[in-house]
Amino acid sequence: MYIRATGNISPQKTFGNAPFPGEVVAYEGNRLTCITPDYKELIDPKLIRRMSRVIKMGVASAMACLKEAGVTPPDAIITGTAYGCLEDTGIFLSKMIERGEELLTPTSFIQSTHNTIGAQVALLLHCHEYNNTFVNGGSSFECSLLDAQMLLQEGEAKNVLVGGIDEITDISHGILSRFGLYKQGSVSNLDLYNTPSKGTIAGEGSAFFLLTNEASENALAKLDAITTFYKPGSFGEVEQQISSFLSAQNISVDDIDLIITGKNGDAKNDEVYQYLGKTLFNKNTAINYKHLCGEYPTSSAFALWYAAHIIKTNMIPGKAQVAPLKKVLIYNHYQNTYHSLMLLSAC
Amino acid sequence: MILEHKMSQTVFVAGVGVISGIGNNTAKCLSALENSRAGIDKIRYLDTVHKDTFPVAEVKLSNDELAALSDFAPGISRTAMLSLIAAREALHSAKIENFSSWRTGFISANTVGGMDKTEDFFTQFMANPKAGRLRNVVNHECGKITELVADQLGIKNYVSTISTACSSSANAIMYGARLIKNNILDVVIAGGTDALTRFTLNGFNTLMILDSEYCQPFDANRRGLNLGEGAGYVTLVSERVAASLKTSPYCALSGYCNANDAYHQTASSPDGTGSYMAMQGALKMSSLNPGDIGYINLHGTGTQNNDNSEGTAIKRLFEPHYPKMSSTKSFTGHTLGASAGIEAVFSALSVQQGLIYPNLRFKTRIEDLPFAPETSFTRQPELKHVLSNSFGFGGNCSSLIFSKLQD
Repeated sequence: MYIRATGNISPQKTFGNAPFPGEVVAYEGNRLTCITPDYKELIDPKLIRRMSRVIKMGVASAMACLKEAGVTPPDAIITGTAYGCLEDTGIFLSKMIERGEELLTPTSFIQSTHNTIGAQVALLLHCHEYNNTFVNGGSSFECSLLDAQMLLQEGEAKNVLVGGIDEITDISHGILSRFGLYKQGSVSNLDLYNTPSKGTIAGEGSAFFLLTNEASENALAKLDAITTFYKPGSFGEVEQQISSFLSAQNISVDDIDLIITGKNGDAKNDEVYQYLGKTLFNKNTAINYKHLCGEYPTSSAFALWYAAHIIKTNMIPGKAQVAPLKKVLIYNHYQNTYHSLMLLSAC
Repeated sequence: MILEHKMSQTVFVAGVGVISGIGNNTAKCLSALENSRAGIDKIRYLDTVHKDTFPVAEVKLSNDELAALSDFAPGISRTAMLSLIAAREALHSAKIENFSSWRTGFISANTVGGMDKTEDFFTQFMANPKAGRLRNVVNHECGKITELVADQLGIKNYVSTISTACSSSANAIMYGARLIKNNILDVVIAGGTDALTRFTLNGFNTLMILDSEYCQPFDANRRGLNLGEGAGYVTLVSERVAASLKTSPYCALSGYCNANDAYHQTASSPDGTGSYMAMQGALKMSSLNPGDIGYINLHGTGTQNNDNSEGTAIKRLFEPHYPKMSSTKSFTGHTLGASAGIEAVFSALSVQQGLIYPNLRFKTRIEDLPFAPETSFTRQPELKHVLSNSFGFGGNCSSLIFSKLQD
């Protein structure tokens, strides 16, 4: 399937007509926050007022993607989100406890459901077609892509809108910090991989893609294949999964021009990437992406956006110019539970 | 074994499992359906200030009893325990030999994950951000509930979670069937789970759609819905797996469709656009005409809005010949993310055994609708196709069709 257009709101300047690659926005501390656009140009201001931050981010990036593709409405809308609408969930939960389950209002409850963003996009476009939401932790976005791939194969859809969305709220950052997920003390996203210690930096984002089976002149890249695997028992098993994924595509690791890995700066988390760097990937050029968007369960949506733009512009951020890029592989895992592989090629 | 109608590739229901307010397994639920025994009662297990106000259909077991029944260690989310009990029954009832030799998946839906435990955590956390036991919030995410259960079942090839409000588990079943048809998996346990929580009870209360009496779906004088809890799963298998079974599958999943009402975040359109499209799409996929459907397991929540909208869509699609129909939510309450899974089990049994379930407490027909739901349990051996509807917030509408197999 082809990536015809994207819309990406992230902690970097990725939205609208921003140049690629842009200058990296630096962050001090362990929490990266999305740079949000002026929503008034994308969503009816009357609707904006009622929407929480993540709903605005989701809806705006979805609408921008469709606008770039010149597709309204799509034949299917599929979203992936591990956490859903955390802000509304937190508001309703807090008020319910504060007020002893009395005198509550429905807005935050209504908007707390995980399918709110997909539903709002359908509502804005009067889109009656297929609409689905995956909430499967670190593979939520990948499940959405697989769903899209199947819809295209089944002939049920020609243009599928797929997005990966997750937000950080003060409450979620507070709780996740207590699990020891994030680095303590002074930390900069620019030094993320140079300070091998415990923890990573928290991130968030909303990246949408318009996928189609038809090649077109302005498509960014072709997404050849996607797979996930669950709780592998060893690094060797990861290596074997990657090899069989590539064999199924009739290619070997030597055919890969660039590997984008999900290193997040946490020493334990990154061991598998280091292992692969010495084994299967030892001859490949590899770059990382989480210093740009931070770590979150649907960060692979940011990685896909990054890969598509690298292919389209034939520029690897931070690397000297190379021969035309033909194949890019993204390998990411989230907390060693869900691992995913996405193979892209130049159109 | 030949399917009555032609299809390029068939997905079979080889196993079923359910736990709900009317019973802790399939046999007990079926017995309650046969004997018109509703599971709705005064709140006993959920700790809420509304316990004397709103009747609900709770699973009649405490968390400790559920832990013992499920083999989970005590302290885990009730949602996971309900899920494991029903999913394990669905797996065992399929009697698949050499289960581990097939590519297997677990696709489970839910709407609020481990919210029951998060609520306990949050009370302490709000008083002090350093307080509250982390083990009560570690499984908050919807996907964590699925993982906990998949690990207990030993399913590793593919694990996923869907959340589209009250249609969630219909979409899990659809996705599971498509993973089989696309030759990605051979066996999928698909359905959903939801435990009652204060979050959802209070949320539905703010929408003013909870009935303080026992609900009366599709009745002219209906007042709203009763919430329920539970889990329901079907074991879906490919033709190859079905051929290896010693017993005949329950039925085929012959059609399904997901559409969106695109009318309002929480309300359904007056003409039932989304539900009409979902039912019509499912019929098209199974190459059936409306007249082929013998029974509709209604979404039938008992709210003014749903029953009007769903009823209007049925009128538009089926006029003038209406199948028999009923809402089993009059027994189980509305179990949200689990409802389509539970009702898929009831529908599979309905088409396999020719069973029509009653719509309890129905008295007065809705004026604008030229049909009424069934009021008693009957057997109809000639039943061939059953339609199950599930509609949710966000306009998500999904319909499934289960078809009888010929020996």
